[in-house]
Amino acid sequence: MASTELSSPLTAERQLPVSHRPPPGRKAAGRWLIVVSSCAFGLVVVAQGLGATGVIGFAFDTWRPSLYAFLLWCIALGAGLVMTKGERGHQLLFLLPALLFTVAVVIFPTFFGLYIAFTDWNLSSVGGRQFNGLDNIRTLLGDAFFWNALGNMVWYVLAVLVQYAIAFGLALLLNAEIRARKFFRVAFLLPFMLSPVAVSWMIGKSILEYRFGPAATLARLLGWDSPAFFASAWLARSSIMAMDAWVSIPFIMILLLAGLQALPHEVSEAAKVDGASPLQTFWKITFPLMLPVSLTAVVLRIIFELKLADIVINVTAGGPGGATDTISSFIYREYRDRSNVGYGTMLAEFYLVIIIVFVTGLLALANRLMRRFT
Amino acid sequence: MNLALPAMKPRRKVVSSRVLIYAALSLWAFISLFPIYWTVTTSFKLAVDVTQGHLIPWIDFEPDWRGWRSLGLSPDRIVEVSTARQEFLQRFANSITASVGASLLAIAIGAPAAYGLSRFKYRLGPWRNDDISFFFLSQLILPPVVLALPFLVLYKSLAMLDTKLGLIVVYTLMVLPIVIWIMRDQFNAIPNELEQAALVDGASVWGAFTRIVLPIALPGMVAAFILSVVLCWNEYFFAALLTSTDAKTLPVMVASQTGSQGIDWWSMAALSTAAIAPLVLIGIFLERYIVKGLTAGAIK
Repeated sequence: MASTELSSPLTAERQLPVSHRPPPGRKAAGRWLIVVSSCAFGLVVVAQGLGATGVIGFAFDTWRPSLYAFLLWCIALGAGLVMTKGERGHQLLFLLPALLFTVAVVIFPTFFGLYIAFTDWNLSSVGGRQFNGLDNIRTLLGDAFFWNALGNMVWYVLAVLVQYAIAFGLALLLNAEIRARKFFRVAFLLPFMLSPVAVSWMIGKSILEYRFGPAATLARLLGWDSPAFFASAWLARSSIMAMDAWVSIPFIMILLLAGLQALPHEVSEAAKVDGASPLQTFWKITFPLMLPVSLTAVVLRIIFELKLADIVINVTAGGPGGATDTISSFIYREYRDRSNVGYGTMLAEFYLVIIIVFVTGLLALANRLMRRFT
Repeated sequence: MNLALPAMKPRRKVVSSRVLIYAALSLWAFISLFPIYWTVTTSFKLAVDVTQGHLIPWIDFEPDWRGWRSLGLSPDRIVEVSTARQEFLQRFANSITASVGASLLAIAIGAPAAYGLSRFKYRLGPWRNDDISFFFLSQLILPPVVLALPFLVLYKSLAMLDTKLGLIVVYTLMVLPIVIWIMRDQFNAIPNELEQAALVDGASVWGAFTRIVLPIALPGMVAAFILSVVLCWNEYFFAALLTSTDAKTLPVMVASQTGSQGIDWWSMAALSTAAIAPLVLIGIFLERYIVKGLTAGAIK
């Protein structure tokens, strides 16, 4: 943070490449560059907008000219900032590309999505899109499948706690005095690396397959006559949860293991000397000390869990009867199978609002827990 | 006897707890590895081996190249021209382009931003450094479904639908928060004095960054890069909606074949094996970078 006074009087005369205060001429030129490029960018966009809506007779095939104008504007803005602000401009230049990229790529889709959400746009209808006010919201409120999917999300999010418990156990095992630790660590990490789509086939469609899958064979050996893992609602949901857990437990485990390794050894040693049982040591010492890491891991996992889609889309497509549907997989089918773009986007925006409220609450709760226990 | 007993008891306890620990470890190792083992071996099976549930090659079934032949990747087909192999290789190349391209772009714009956030004080309107960092991080909670459709429309009007560039842009957006998170942690750990010295010697801010700081932060950068590649390689949702023929990636290809049921397991297994092989190799040989990337910033 001390770097704002990078040029102490001692070094001022030796700072050749970047002058601290740019000469007035360059400053004015920089300001002009920003103004002119902004005007040019605005003009291109307005002209394209008029062309696209047919107000003027001339139109491009694509919106690429606007894209190029935007890119040129970004470069001009960067150069202009350096010219007007000198050293400060260079510092801003570090941040600018990432910021402009994110704003451009997120802001447009969000606002455009909000517009689509209030239309009855269906790709298969010839009429194009029509503004239909609050109709989509009304449909959404009465859509039993959407609320069913939202209910499923509650179960999927709760399953994260089970993943956390298992991951904690594995992290403790890996942290114990064992041989071949490297082998076990790599083996435990591997499921996290695999793509959920491949996992959908490897586990969902082959190992859990009703006729020849090894899991079904094993279940028959154990006396379960018809091991159909995706037939009943709860069984199907549990199978999806198990697959999801298989992929994501390593993530939590790695975080917890790093937390365990960072714990001071003296504390648990002292507890052992004082005659505490391992269980007591865990509940009274390890677990409270691990709370910050645990909260980070669980919150991150819940945020990722809210996007769960790939496995559901590829294994059950939401079935049986919507029992395994997540919001994402439900909206995916709305787009893909019914081309219901307007309504699907309304669902997505509505879900985003729920997520933001939920995650904000979750972070507040996590902060509160953190303050109480540490 | 009386004296020996107290000493014996803890020892037996230790031995039995050792056994329990190794049993639990082995059980989970089995759970983690069996699906991979199953997929790899199934790609060498015939129909009869699948239906009879044979598990161990050379002992209860004779390995066969049939699954790999359907991909055009078996030893006897590798010299011939094969459309299946061409398609597979194209998807494979698309996946590499999209994931490596997006990861490089994310690092190219994310690393300077992380450095700036770690070293300088910014004020953008009411926003300070912490707010800007939170803005980047908050992109993580955006679910793909919210962005997918506007992107579809945007790309259509920009003629970027079904292009690798389009995928690279979306994937960059996806991994940028993670890259900034990891890199900021890295830069925070590097003492400021090094750059100060360079600046005294007449280097510019950018010179100090590229020549002094980046080499030190290289391990963190590699970790961010590898984690990004893995995440992009596995991405399915955007790829399924934004690509159709030219830019289709490997997960989309795997998913499109999953639907065709029947007993054609060997070719699915071969395809899955080929799709996960690079990741398994990364997992085995670059494990410490993955761990480094995942744990950056989470542990103080």
